[in-house]
Amino acid sequence: MPPTAKSALEAMPDGGPQQPGTRQPAPPRPRRVPAASRRGPDSWKGTLAKIILLGLVDAVAVYVLTALFLGQSWAVLAIAALVTVAINWVYLRPGGLPAKYLAPGVLFLLVFQVFVVVFSGYIAFTNYGDGHNGSKDDAISSILTSSQKRVPDSPAYRTAILEKGGSYYLLVTNPDGEAQIGTTESKLEDAAGAVKDSTGKAKELPGYRTLTFQEIVTHQKDVLGLVVPLSDDPAAGTLRTQDGSNAYVFRSNMVYDKAADTLTDTDTGTVYRDSGQGDFVSENGEKLATGWKIDVGFKNFVTAFTDPELRGPLLSVTLWTFTFAIVSVLLCFALGLFLAITFNRSDLKGKKVYRIIMILPYAFPAFLSGLVWAGLLNPEFGFINNALLGGVDIGWLTDPVLAKISVLVVNLWLGFPYMFLVCTGALQSLPEDVDEAAKMDGASAWRIFSSIKLPLLLVSVAPLLISSFAFNFNNFNVIYMLTAGGPRFEDTTRDIGATDILITLVYKSAFGVGTGRDYGLASALAIVIFIIVAAISAISFKQTKALEDVN
Amino acid sequence: MSTLTSQPRRSFPRWFRDKGWRHLVGVATSIFAVFPLLYVLSAAFNSTGTLAGSASLFSQISGDNFAKLFGNEQRPFGRWFVNTMVVGLITSAASVFLGALAAYAFSRMRFTGRRAGLLSLLLLQMFPQLLAVVAIFLLLSGIGEIIPALGLGSQLGLIMVYLGGALGVNTYLMYGFFNTVPQSLDEAAKLDGASHVQIFFGIILRLVTPILAVVGLLTFIGISSEFVIASVVLTDPNNQTLAVGLYSFVANQRTEDWGVFAAGAVLAALPVMALFLFLQRYIVSGLSAGSVKG
Repeated sequence: MPPTAKSALEAMPDGGPQQPGTRQPAPPRPRRVPAASRRGPDSWKGTLAKIILLGLVDAVAVYVLTALFLGQSWAVLAIAALVTVAINWVYLRPGGLPAKYLAPGVLFLLVFQVFVVVFSGYIAFTNYGDGHNGSKDDAISSILTSSQKRVPDSPAYRTAILEKGGSYYLLVTNPDGEAQIGTTESKLEDAAGAVKDSTGKAKELPGYRTLTFQEIVTHQKDVLGLVVPLSDDPAAGTLRTQDGSNAYVFRSNMVYDKAADTLTDTDTGTVYRDSGQGDFVSENGEKLATGWKIDVGFKNFVTAFTDPELRGPLLSVTLWTFTFAIVSVLLCFALGLFLAITFNRSDLKGKKVYRIIMILPYAFPAFLSGLVWAGLLNPEFGFINNALLGGVDIGWLTDPVLAKISVLVVNLWLGFPYMFLVCTGALQSLPEDVDEAAKMDGASAWRIFSSIKLPLLLVSVAPLLISSFAFNFNNFNVIYMLTAGGPRFEDTTRDIGATDILITLVYKSAFGVGTGRDYGLASALAIVIFIIVAAISAISFKQTKALEDVN
Repeated sequence: MSTLTSQPRRSFPRWFRDKGWRHLVGVATSIFAVFPLLYVLSAAFNSTGTLAGSASLFSQISGDNFAKLFGNEQRPFGRWFVNTMVVGLITSAASVFLGALAAYAFSRMRFTGRRAGLLSLLLLQMFPQLLAVVAIFLLLSGIGEIIPALGLGSQLGLIMVYLGGALGVNTYLMYGFFNTVPQSLDEAAKLDGASHVQIFFGIILRLVTPILAVVGLLTFIGISSEFVIASVVLTDPNNQTLAVGLYSFVANQRTEDWGVFAAGAVLAALPVMALFLFLQRYIVSGLSAGSVKG
């Protein structure tokens, strides 16, 4: 590091005020400094900057705390208040210098790296996901709203659609001839100042704009989406309009019995009970689509390791994750090292050109590489099958074995330049005299390489190989952009395929298209990755003695 | 290679054994390295537009795809480009600053918990943020209920998430470099009455500019390729970054919009590649110190 650092330092085009040639710039202009003070005074500029910055932080904090107070999230409020106090304490007390420098970074680190890991651990023990998003009360009111049907003998409420600040409102004239207004978020209330037309239908309200028929047609989706509660009690029903001119009462056919904790379908008489799994289930096992979030203990882990739909694929995915990471590192290292040795000749013409061309794949954004290769390798229309191989039909990305090879080749394309650069650097820093001494002793070129150069090289490159392994273990972009994990396994209905690695599986379980979102299972899988990575890094720490550098 | 004619004294087999095979390897590797890039460049200028349309490289040159790329309102490429620049630049600048602050503390001050702090940073490096993507998603949706400007769909929220990873990745790299700046400089300045802030901004930061540039560059390149968290956080097409947006081009119908995608890919890759090649030397110094692009 130091040699490169030094040359880089000299070559930096804008290295601050220092002259290009001078190694050490003069310390900044001496300021008005009383020589007696040893710690140095806080200049008024510094104090001012501190006051302004801290003031800004506190202003934001007050806003957040108020919002939390209004939202009645007491636990979060307490934590946020503590953090605010801690920040002020760190920056206002004299001394404690390290904390002043570390606080900003550590704050982000704690929230978005440490806390989210702990939070993942919590989610892994819940059934969080599609259909289990909120509390039980939310679930009940959502069921009551979603199961609404038009009341057969509902009177017509003549309607106008109003707009204010981008939101839409229903202005209705109820059967008694009174004007009322409401929207999805706020229940129907009297609209005293409404202007009525000759038939007695309310058509305008001061402060709102009435939509023309044309506008209603253009904003059809928003208008149809208006569900105006008649009162605070969800059982009272809602008003909805289908054409923008008449609204009707919709009422749920479900009735919630608080005492018995059951939902009853008034049409069929079916009774749904709390199953203890975060769902309402009827006698014959029929489950309502909306459930709520509960803690499920180790269920997600048990599912991952015992569910026949998941167990087999998960095992193959884990094996492939290791294979992919190890083979990728070895291939890239082998090619990179070979190239480094090949071009480690100062008298080779065109060396610089080769070098620049070979760095290109590495400079190309990684997510694009996967997509571009996916086009190249496309079995039906891809350039390789169609143009290079003259119209053959080789399933580069659709055959399980070929897809794995393709992924490895593409990752080799992406990764060998890095290893080439690293190995070139390492080779050049090897002492020359060892080489010469071995030659004098009559060792062959291969012997010199395998017994002397490689071991010496590995000492400096091994830590990089390990971090490269850790990187490839979670190399989401290549897999997801190239094959999206496919081709899919045939022995499971889940979206898992032959080239899926653990991290793509996590992403697909949580945010996959078509399959329901299962945050709980995804987090459980993420925790499994955590444990594997932790084990690997613990071993590698011992091996590379990285600990010794820290003192 | 005309080496043969220019050095008539050496026989061809000897030249080949000594150097010729190296050129052979070089040419072969260069083809492997550059072929996909030429292909995407050719597809960008091919007006056929579909994946099947390209039978040979550079069979036609037209700007149709680029015109279509900027004419598509559902997929605002220009906005994506600007968004990527904004998110990338702010994140890398802030990461560099946070990392430098921390590295300064670790390198120049002795305090309880210093060793433990360095060790935990080294450990945290092993756990990329994308592992906790579910928790990040739920955390941001929770934050969004209180402060909508920082919740899901907001670039500011995304930047904050990225900054959470700043310390783990950068501090160690910077710490090593900070240690190469002689302590005697600080002490001299301290004797002259400079405060710690003046030493940090006036002396240290100026001497470590190379590593600041390397870390900033690597962060920018990494962030501009980041897909997982960005795809989860940024849902509105107007807010998305290039990685998320360009993926949507080919996600559903891989073959339909191929030409337009290729045009977008070329434009998206150019600045990053230019930056990379232009500043190769500094990046390589960062690489050998242990940073992996990604």
